[in-house]
Amino acid sequence: MIAGYGDDEIEAYLARPSDDGPRGGVVVIHHMPGYDRGTKEIVRRFAELGYDAILPNLYWRDAPGAAPDDAAATARAQGGVPDERLIGDVGGAAAYLRSLPTSNGKVGVIGYCSGGRQSVLAACNLDLDAAVDCYGAFVTGTPPEGFPLKVTNLVDQLPNLRCPLLGLFGKEDSYPTPEQVAELDGILTANDKPHAFHSYDDAGHAFFATDRPAYRPAAANDGWERIQAFFTTHLGG
Amino acid sequence: MCTYATVQTTLDGSAKGPDSSWFHVTDGTVYFDHPVHAMAEHTLNIDFANPARGPSARVAVELTAASARNLIAAIQAALESAPAELRS
Repeated sequence: MIAGYGDDEIEAYLARPSDDGPRGGVVVIHHMPGYDRGTKEIVRRFAELGYDAILPNLYWRDAPGAAPDDAAATARAQGGVPDERLIGDVGGAAAYLRSLPTSNGKVGVIGYCSGGRQSVLAACNLDLDAAVDCYGAFVTGTPPEGFPLKVTNLVDQLPNLRCPLLGLFGKEDSYPTPEQVAELDGILTANDKPHAFHSYDDAGHAFFATDRPAYRPAAANDGWERIQAFFTTHLGG
Repeated sequence: MCTYATVQTTLDGSAKGPDSSWFHVTDGTVYFDHPVHAMAEHTLNIDFANPARGPSARVAVELTAASARNLIAAIQAALESAPAELRS
C-alpha cells in the first residue's frame, strides 16, 4: 500500500531489481481495463530493464480488493478516475519510488491508452524527469458532443509540461488520430517543450498489448527500444 | 483505442452470476471499448450489475458490433412477439 491522493492508502504493484542501485524509478499508469495481468507484466519488464517500477491501482477506492475486471467496470460506471485524483496517486507513487534506498532521485512515468493521457497530465502537474505517452486519446482533440464519460483534453495544460515527453502512436489509430498527434507535436514545439514522437505504420491502438489482437510485435519491439533509450537518458545515473 | 464512451441505465431483473448464483440486477452499463476476454479489438460491452452487492455482482458480456446489433434485433423481435398487455 502507498499513500495516494489525499493521503488515501491505495494498493500498488512493485517490481525491483535485486541489486543495490542507485537507479531511477518508473510509475506505470494502467489502461482503462485496469490493474490487470498485462500491465503487471509491463511493470516487471521495467524492473528487468533496471528500474524500480510501480503500478498504482487507480481503481482501489472504487472497488478495494475486487478482481481487476470487476474494479474496472465499477470505476467506469462511476465516471472514471478524476484528473485531480490521478495526479495525487501518481505523485504518491513517485514519492514512494524516491523514498527507496535504491533511488537516484529520478522518476519517469509511462501510461497506455487512457493512461497515456494521464501520463501527460501527471507530467504537467508533478515534478517528474521523463514521461511516455503510449497512444493516449484526448491529450488534444475534443470529445464528441454528448460524450457520456467526462474527459477533457489537456491543451490548456501543455505549456506547463515539466519534463521531456516521448510519444508512441499507431498511424491506424482513431483515438488519437494522426491529426491529433500532429496537433500535440505542434503545440509542444511552439512551447519549446522537448519531445520525440514516433508513429508506426501497420499499427493501431494498443499495439503494445501482447494479449490482444491489436498487438504488433514490430512496433512494440521498436517502441520498447525507444522507451529504454529515453529512460536511460533521463532517468540514468 | 479507449473510446471512454459509457452509457448507463437502470434495470430491474435478475442475472445468474458469480458462483452460479442468481442476483437482482439494478444497473446496466453499456460501452464500446476494449474487451477483457473477447478476441476483438473493440466490442460492445454490457455489465449487468448490482452495485449494492459489490463489484463482483456483475455479469459481463462482450459482443462484436455485428452480434450486438443482432442482439438488439432479437430483443426487439422477442418483445414484439409478446401480447401487448404483457410488454410493460
